Amino acid sequence: MSPALIEELGRIVGPRWVRHRRAELKTYAMDGLPTRESYPGVVVIPASSSEVREVVRLLHLAGAPFVARGAGTGLSGGAVADPETVLIALTRMNRILHVDPVRRRAVVQPGVVNARLSEAVAPLGLHYVPDPSSQAACTVGGNVAENAGGPHCLKYGVTTNHIVQLEVVLPDGSTVELGSPHGEPWGPDLVGLFVGSEGMFGIVTAITVRLEPVPASVRTLLADFPTVRAASEAVSSVIATGIVPAAMEMMDRACVAAVEASIYAAGYPTDAAAVLLVELDGQPDAVEAESETVRAILCERGARSVRSASSAADRARLWQGRKKAFGAMGRIAPDLAVQDAVVPRSALPDIMDRIAEIRDRHGLSISNVFHAGDGNLHPNISFDRGDPDLVHRVHVACHEIMAVCVAAGGSITGEHGVGSDKLDYMPWIFSPETLAAMRAVRRVFDPAERANPGKVVPVHACREWRAARGAQ
Amino acid sequence: MSDVVHGRLRALLGSAGVERDQAGLPRAIPDSADALSLVCRLAHEEGWKIRVEGHGTWLPADAPADLAVSTRALDQVVSVSPADLVATVQAGTPLEALRRRLADEGMWLALDPPGRPERSLGSVIATATSGPLRHGFGPVRDHVLGCTVATGDGRLVTTGGRVVKNVAGYDLTKLQVGGFGGFGIVAEAHIRLRALPRADITLIARGPRDALTLAARDVASAELVPAALELLSPALAAEADWVLAVRFLGTDAAVQGDVRRLAPVGNLAWQPLPADRTAAFWGLVARGSQGGPITLRLGVLGDGVDDTIDLLAHDLDEGLLSAGPGAGMIRWTGDATVERLRAVRRAAAAREIPMTLERAPWAVRRALGHFGAYREGVGQLVGRLRDTFDPGQCLQVALEAAAE
Ligand SMILES: Cc1cc2nc3c(=O)[nH]c(=O)nc-3n(C[C@H](O)[C@H](O)[C@H](O)COP(=O)(O)OP(=O)(O)OC[C@H]3O[C@@H](n4cnc5c(N)ncnc54)[C@H](O)[C@@H]3O)c2cc1C
Ligand SMILES: Cc1cc2nc3c(=O)[nH]c(=O)nc-3n(C[C@H](O)[C@H](O)[C@H](O)COP(=O)(O)OP(=O)(O)OC[C@H]3O[C@@H](n4cnc5c(N)ncnc54)[C@H](O)[C@@H]3O)c2cc1C
Repeated sequence: MSPALIEELGRIVGPRWVRHRRAELKTYAMDGLPTRESYPGVVVIPASSSEVREVVRLLHLAGAPFVARGAGTGLSGGAVADPETVLIALTRMNRILHVDPVRRRAVVQPGVVNARLSEAVAPLGLHYVPDPSSQAACTVGGNVAENAGGPHCLKYGVTTNHIVQLEVVLPDGSTVELGSPHGEPWGPDLVGLFVGSEGMFGIVTAITVRLEPVPASVRTLLADFPTVRAASEAVSSVIATGIVPAAMEMMDRACVAAVEASIYAAGYPTDAAAVLLVELDGQPDAVEAESETVRAILCERGARSVRSASSAADRARLWQGRKKAFGAMGRIAPDLAVQDAVVPRSALPDIMDRIAEIRDRHGLSISNVFHAGDGNLHPNISFDRGDPDLVHRVHVACHEIMAVCVAAGGSITGEHGVGSDKLDYMPWIFSPETLAAMRAVRRVFDPAERANPGKVVPVHACREWRAARGAQ
Repeated sequence: MSDVVHGRLRALLGSAGVERDQAGLPRAIPDSADALSLVCRLAHEEGWKIRVEGHGTWLPADAPADLAVSTRALDQVVSVSPADLVATVQAGTPLEALRRRLADEGMWLALDPPGRPERSLGSVIATATSGPLRHGFGPVRDHVLGCTVATGDGRLVTTGGRVVKNVAGYDLTKLQVGGFGGFGIVAEAHIRLRALPRADITLIARGPRDALTLAARDVASAELVPAALELLSPALAAEADWVLAVRFLGTDAAVQGDVRRLAPVGNLAWQPLPADRTAAFWGLVARGSQGGPITLRLGVLGDGVDDTIDLLAHDLDEGLLSAGPGAGMIRWTGDATVERLRAVRRAAAAREIPMTLERAPWAVRRALGHFGAYREGVGQLVGRLRDTFDPGQCLQVALEAAAE
């Protein structure tokens, strides 16, 4: 990275907020995906929208590529930059700018940590619904870029359903305001288009989110099943009643064992083939009636036992186990390949069998923890990077699992994004024509393709597509 | 010219695939996404302008075009998967036919857009017109999981997928929902279904507007989960006074509980509608927007509703108006000059309220644009997006206002 550029960046944000020594860069060399490591050329940490604007403007003039970064918890390598690239970390922009309890809106900077937003509005009886399991660390800006989901998205929708307005610094350094505070888009739905664009359309510098009332009553049920198939079928049966639980999460035996062996032990039965966590929320009378219906279905579908969280603390413990499951798995082997795929709900029972078959054939250890209600799977493979043969088998198994999910009519990612990790899978579900359309849309926002270069769209797989006006 | 166009279309689609509209304009009626894309490619190569029609029930024939493309023959419900709560439906499928087909399987699509029952699913997606159910089930975008689109130059692009949760690639579906056909013609869509609710109860209260808007805010902030919360002007409700309607859908327990809790809210005399009148009541609301040639929607939340209605009443008239104070939308139907509409849009913009022209004769659409002007910098993005999806500018859609 040129010393002149480093100096100019320092002039904008202050020299102490520019990091370029190798030791300083280590923190930024990876995100949540352990298999991709790359040191950025320099890291710049702006404190305000206007500093972001100036930095991006400078990079525009210099023709330099850049990558935005929130907390770096992403699981697809999205926030990782190469040595020619400037990493723009948004972690200092962590202020909640405005809360409007009447309209149920909040305006936040991109570096605000997801869980902190809900904590801040809790005294008003409100919360920010999307609750990725990483919520204690990940940022709202990163959530917007990935269109993050979470357990409670079954009933309430994912990030895109909770964002109404965005302030965006485009790669040429200009600023646009997308959407409106009310929710009705202003023109075409560019907020919807932007959410999930993985940092390739520009940098979000302010976000207006919807807040929702905290439900009056919550009931959390823990059911344990003798087979994964029975648990999967129970999920479909619940959905078929028309009851929409707030969350429906499944963990298999391997996952339960990992959680119970960790400091997050939640009291899940370790001898169950699968446990299902079902949460219902709403008014007390409705929650009461619906829980009884759900309990009956779970039993009918073969649950050995169904217990209800006895207190808020008990509920928190049940959820803690679920939310820390990745971390718990991370402790049982040096490395963990976290997978993310979606299948139509009705395919769940068969897919779970197929995954078990792939696991056995390759002699691997897979723990399943997933958003069962949405059909969003996370079959996670524990391994050791030091064993090349094992690494190879993990790689092949990941491909096979993904192929099975795609063949069932599913998608290659439900919430972790494509990043650099899943580029190869994109042509499995999108035609060259569609991939080219995606690239062309990216070039509308970023004609020179300098924002998060090389991610999401496998350029070689795109059909020739007329470049957008202004791109030349 | 018209004969040339007609001949070329016939060569492409066969004689059953082409007709002439009342004014003699050739109308292509492709019956597959591939045929649709061929028509677009031909038009693109020849530089012909296309008028997109769903069932063509309203676009006046004055839109300058060389041909019309109707999605009328794209009317198949391709698949319904109750277990996955997903259906794949061609864009020309009339909503009413879809509703019946889904009901056979115990399913429904939680959208109640204005217009006639035979309006096409594609037109609902393209215009992003939701109805009162937006309060409980979200705007149109929340119901569309993916779609197949023919671009203005005849490429077929598939967006999203058939699963409820999906972040593979950019979310191009969002551009098609509410794009008014400016970014392509929707051929097919994957939609999100719900199980038919067991209980469906509507309660209404009558009174002066300001009392009802206040009450609506109480309902919105009470711990109730209505499927719809809609304020209706006297003309729209065909009543002497304003009407506030609340609809609860769901399981018996949830609906009964909500009805009980509603009673004291807002200090109003809530009157439950008899079950056999519920459908008729909401049908009236849906058809109400046919009472004038122009329909607008404005994005505005609860505390701004009263002011905005004042603004409309002052610059236009109170007319056929409905407002969802919780969902953040006001819809107005009536008649007005371009100048007045422009003034309303300007006044709304000053309050950070976007105004979308949902329907109007071509002259009005042309002058005002569905969206009008954008915020700074956004117009360039929209222009480049249109150029990407319709490089030959074949799709005759007025998103922006014509230069004054
Ligand atoms: C233990 C664990 C559990 C997880 N559970 C979930 C889960 O339940 N659901 C889920 O969806 N995800 C989950 N994730 C993945 C991850 O937390 C999410 O993708 C999260 O949204 C990333 O936020 P971040 O702040 O860490 O972003 P980063 O990882 O820093 O960045 C992610 C992407 O966003 C871009 N980006 C960041 N900030 C901006 C900005 N301001 N403007 C534009 N682009 C930006 C980056 O360029 C990058 O492409 C989990 C991760 C871990 C480690
Ligand atoms: C003066 C006037 C009178 C009206 N009177 C009536 C009436 O008598 N009866 C009636 O039913 N409605 C009437 N309406 C409007 C009505 O409420 C709906 O707009 C109509 O039902 C839409 O359904 P459609 O399938 O016919 O769509 P169309 O009216 O054909 O199309 C609506 C819009 O969506 C676009 N579009 C449609 N399909 C697609 C697609 N697949 N992809 C992309 N874009 C698409 C079109 O370009 C157009 O902009 C009237 C409107 C006006 C202005």
